Amino acid sequence: MNGPHDLGGMHGLGPINPEAEKEEPLFHAEWEKRALGLTLTTGFLGQWNIDISRHARERQHPIDYLSNSYYENWMAGVEKLLVETGLATQEEIETGKMQQPVPQDIQDKRVGPDQVAAILDKGGPCDFPTDQSQTFQIGDRVRVKMMNPTGHTRAPRYVRGHVGEIVEYFGSFIYPDENSKGNKVADHLYNVKFDGKDIWGPDGDVEIHVDLWRPYLEKM
Amino acid sequence: MGQKEHKHHHGHDHTEPPKDPALRVKALESLLVEKGLVDPAAIDEIVEIYETKVGPRNGAKVIAKAWTDAEFKDWLLDDATAAIASLGYTGRQGEHMKIVENTDDIHNVVVCTLCSCYPWTVLGLPPVWYKSAPYRARVVSDPKSVLAEFGTELPAGKKIKVWDSTSEMRFLVMPQRPEGTDGWTEEQLEELVSRNSMIGVEEALNPGEV
Repeated sequence: MNGPHDLGGMHGLGPINPEAEKEEPLFHAEWEKRALGLTLTTGFLGQWNIDISRHARERQHPIDYLSNSYYENWMAGVEKLLVETGLATQEEIETGKMQQPVPQDIQDKRVGPDQVAAILDKGGPCDFPTDQSQTFQIGDRVRVKMMNPTGHTRAPRYVRGHVGEIVEYFGSFIYPDENSKGNKVADHLYNVKFDGKDIWGPDGDVEIHVDLWRPYLEKM
Repeated sequence: MGQKEHKHHHGHDHTEPPKDPALRVKALESLLVEKGLVDPAAIDEIVEIYETKVGPRNGAKVIAKAWTDAEFKDWLLDDATAAIASLGYTGRQGEHMKIVENTDDIHNVVVCTLCSCYPWTVLGLPPVWYKSAPYRARVVSDPKSVLAEFGTELPAGKKIKVWDSTSEMRFLVMPQRPEGTDGWTEEQLEELVSRNSMIGVEEALNPGEV
């Protein structure tokens, strides 16, 4: 979707004002620790995947997305997912008080402290085979399709319609546009090189590399 | 104007003061604990891991080893996921790794314009600025101005490559080994590998800067 999250090339956002690396705390408030933990522990329940989760954050109103801090966006995403999966109602979230319990089989998925390290260590690899043909080879000139899907996609607006060159083939990886709808399918993933001048004009003195899936691309 | 017209279509009024995030998160945690979905001790454990075990010192060890061990460096450039796993750094947000090497001609910078993708296994949790809208917006279109905000000025003619993390591949920059470090041990070199140099907004520290 053409949402507020798709930021490449946007103007007017002001300076970055980075904190000096050595002075920057890992968390800037206690609640940020809980927000991180809630995002991960609710994810461990297996009721949604990473693309569904990303899409929940993207679907916020642009004013909210851009005025929230990042952990506030994470919380907004978790709240939305809890309501959409029926694990909580909006009223329960507003009040912090339970009105109806969740099914025992979902409660049984709750992760305890002794399981955390192993889960984080294991991670979740996202490459697996596909029946789709590979279509493109390293060195091919490709155009990113001109498209405006209303659902989740990982083809940023700033490269759509532009021509680049395939410089690496990574294999076949879970395809976010479908994964965000709960369909676990894989497709071929490439790294595509773009000349910044093609995208931004004569001042675009940069080489940009974007990972793009086969369905986003057409051969020149 | 009726109540309805005061509201935006997404269900709340932006003139209301935003809810204090600390209270909102506290309410959510207590609800999820009551529902049997979240164990607060598991959250404590997650925080402990990212505060004490998984952070940019992991990445610094990877880079310092590559600077001193040519065979390891070749492996890292060829199969970063396996080479990094050999040092014990595996897992969430580091399942698929790629190293991009800075040279005399090329400087690499990493971003995620669409969200906040970042190599957690080797760098830990991303800093606030990495997730910020201005960084994500500008580093792909005007990277020089972004580097300038970090005090980084590259030699004229050096090409900047920006890596937008749109897939589950995670990128780590290998900065150039600083001058004047001949004969340094891996442990000494690690001190020069800042987190920001592995994202690409700065170069590695010089011996005098530690």
